[in-house]
Amino acid sequence: MNAPLKNTPLNISRRTFIKAGALVVGGLVIAFSIPHAKRFLMPGSAADVAPDAAKDAAKLPTPNAFLRIGTDNTITVMLAHSEMGQSIWTTLPMLIAEELDADWSKIKVEHASAAPEYGHTAYGIQITGGSSTTWSEFDRYRQAGALTRALLISAAAEKLGVPTDSLKTENGFVISGDNKISYGDLAEAAAKLETPKSVTLKDPKDWKIIGNATKRLDGPEKINGTAIFGQDIQFEGLMTAMVARSPVFGGKLKTFDASATKKIKGVQKVVQVPTGVAVIADNYWAAKTGREALKVDWDLGENASLDSNALFAEYKKLAATTGLIAAKAGDNKTTMAKSERFVEAEYALPYLAHSPMEPLNCAVKIEKDACEIWTGTQMQGTDQAAAAKILGLKPEQVKIHTLFLGGGFGRRANPAADFVSEAVQVAKAAGVPVKTVWSREDDVKGGYYRPMFVHKAKIALDANGMPTAWEHVAVGQSIMLGTPFEAFQIKEGIDATSVEGTADSPYLKSIPNHQVSLHTVKSTVPVLWWRSVGHSHTAFVMESLIDELAHLAKKDPLEYRRALLKDHPRHLAALNLAAEKANWGKPLAKGLFRGIAVHESFGSFVAQIAEVSVDKREVKVHRIISAIDCGLAVNPDSLKAQMESSVSFGLGAALQSEITFKDGMVVQSNFNDYQVMRMGNMPKVEVYIVQSTEKMGGVGEPGLPPVAPAVTNAIFAATGKRIRTLPIGNQLA
Amino acid sequence: MIILNINGKEQSLDVADDMPILWALRDFAHLTGTKFGCGMAQCGACTVHLDGQAIRSCITPISAAAGKRITTIEEMQNDKVGQVVQAAWQEIDVVQCGYCQSGQIMSATALLTTNQKPTDADIDAAMSGNICRCGTYPRIRAAIHNAASKLA
Repeated sequence: MNAPLKNTPLNISRRTFIKAGALVVGGLVIAFSIPHAKRFLMPGSAADVAPDAAKDAAKLPTPNAFLRIGTDNTITVMLAHSEMGQSIWTTLPMLIAEELDADWSKIKVEHASAAPEYGHTAYGIQITGGSSTTWSEFDRYRQAGALTRALLISAAAEKLGVPTDSLKTENGFVISGDNKISYGDLAEAAAKLETPKSVTLKDPKDWKIIGNATKRLDGPEKINGTAIFGQDIQFEGLMTAMVARSPVFGGKLKTFDASATKKIKGVQKVVQVPTGVAVIADNYWAAKTGREALKVDWDLGENASLDSNALFAEYKKLAATTGLIAAKAGDNKTTMAKSERFVEAEYALPYLAHSPMEPLNCAVKIEKDACEIWTGTQMQGTDQAAAAKILGLKPEQVKIHTLFLGGGFGRRANPAADFVSEAVQVAKAAGVPVKTVWSREDDVKGGYYRPMFVHKAKIALDANGMPTAWEHVAVGQSIMLGTPFEAFQIKEGIDATSVEGTADSPYLKSIPNHQVSLHTVKSTVPVLWWRSVGHSHTAFVMESLIDELAHLAKKDPLEYRRALLKDHPRHLAALNLAAEKANWGKPLAKGLFRGIAVHESFGSFVAQIAEVSVDKREVKVHRIISAIDCGLAVNPDSLKAQMESSVSFGLGAALQSEITFKDGMVVQSNFNDYQVMRMGNMPKVEVYIVQSTEKMGGVGEPGLPPVAPAVTNAIFAATGKRIRTLPIGNQLA
Repeated sequence: MIILNINGKEQSLDVADDMPILWALRDFAHLTGTKFGCGMAQCGACTVHLDGQAIRSCITPISAAAGKRITTIEEMQNDKVGQVVQAAWQEIDVVQCGYCQSGQIMSATALLTTNQKPTDADIDAAMSGNICRCGTYPRIRAAIHNAASKLA
């Protein structure tokens, strides 16, 4: 084939050149160090880690750069995190622009490179996840803006021969009486000044940008097709690879025959890699047809008979016994022995694939003592380390270009660095630059799923219908086991992400006798955090159980929750706002029924009310009313977008999604049988924000956990049938 | 070698007849705005127009485009309806990760070209083949109504 001039590499290399040029010819690069915390903390713990910058700054080897002012007045903000739809491409620049008094129209944004200086302020490594970007960067990015402003004022004061306190800043200018100098004109002089040791941040009452709905800066390029995602990277000499992997997790390659593959036009090489056999070709279509022509013989190993029905049966057997204790109070046994009324129930949830719209991909170019990677990743820190290890390089010799992520939802934050490691192995074995791409089938069948879980609970009620003892057993795989996070997240055998939302439930705190225990199942099925992690199953179970209790007690589900949550004001604030907006207690149109749920996750509190009809045994969700208390809402419109997004993701899964196994293999393969939310079944979503000055939480995930139970509780109100297994599927048929 | 009309320009590409239009566009014409999502017409990320009709380019062989006009997202700024749709997308701030939005805009533009006042049911029918994992559906619906009001 002809190799015409390809479009994107020019953009990429030009961008790199401009960056280097700005550093050389002048302008201001704000470079300073803010240390990151030394320990891994769960999201929502921002207040516990406030780093002591002054004390630790000297320990850091290199300064980091968060913004750059060009002599043309452009202000380029460097993102330590990845844009995957959650709008940090806009929110983080808002923080800098606020303190800098920048001209918003001059803001440009780039993903930062992979470097320790961009480590997460609470988690240490460079990662985007846990709905943590905005709260964890709220200080660092505002400080970057404030420091830069101070430098620009000092430069202007020197230039004009006036005291700094006679100057003010506005919309990209330093102003002295009737004079004004643009930031671009001051940038070179400011770059030569010493960075102040401290700055004062604005009083919130003076904010002009923070707290105001602000349009996305990445909107235009995502609307006209010019935004570059990992999948879109092309440059001269870059080939495309597809890998044939074992159809059973844990299977091993025996032999392969590539003779038919090599006859296909465009196929260049076939190489063996640790995960299977890679077909390297000039383009995707040749790689795909080449892979289809491969003859591969696998040793399927011990999972060749893996079967979901058998797995659920095994999990349910385990759930009948007590596991490792995750939470315990009082004396369940004595209380239960004296009780007469119980709710006893078993809940089951399937494996789930993330299936972001952009299938996984990663381009790798290896040179002597250097490696360049182009991909959409949520976890540059571990990806860089994994690539360096494979190639025998130092991490700093591996340069990661983070491109837009066509969705992440946790799949692109893998402590095992699976798709990046594999791509590096392919490029290494092929000896040419290669972009390894996954098909949708590879994605659906490729693992790193939300683990399947079974929960079993027995709850005793007193004469007033209130719970007096709660016995809870959960069974499922650990996400953290065997990862670098194990030391932080697994204590005495309990993976915190397996019991978040149960062991720390506010309901249990109000019940004198309770016990939560966990059976951790070991399996070769790879599991990973899926949007809202453990809360994606625990909220469904807890909020369904509370509804079961309220029904048995013949009490209104809202009033029942209010009584149990009386010492939890943020839960109550969200509940009350949602109830008010939904006109809870007032009649609905004929055929519509309500369900309610409230859950805390990632430091935020979300209540949702679902309005549902069940017609001819078909469920239709008409409206979801959401209320959130996340503390300060930095960009209220992107917060609303994230709540809408979480409803879609969580509801699609609750209605239809499941990954199952038969004869060792994943049954589902593409969007025809791994069903997700579509336009036709998307409800109206209303989002209300609790005006709050409480600690900031996240917004990317907390809107997901309550949606499934709000809907199934509404289905119960409509039909009297309690849905205890997800997906809802055709259980009403 | 096949001669194609892509976004109003004639181009000859050296591709096999059975290669889907999607890969000819992306890997040979280097128009990467059209996205790969599923490869079996299940998600709509690859939607382009063939003589003005929305098609899934991931399953349509390039041979089917001979003698016809292929229009992609890159050309929508020059399309009378496409411009209005893109402006509505911007006004409503529809996008999140953005990966599916080329396909969404192509489907919405095809809808509004033939039906300038679509009802919610019309939108459901025309847009349910386009998946958005970020769940921008409510905003897509609002943007289509917004564009329709401007086209009226």
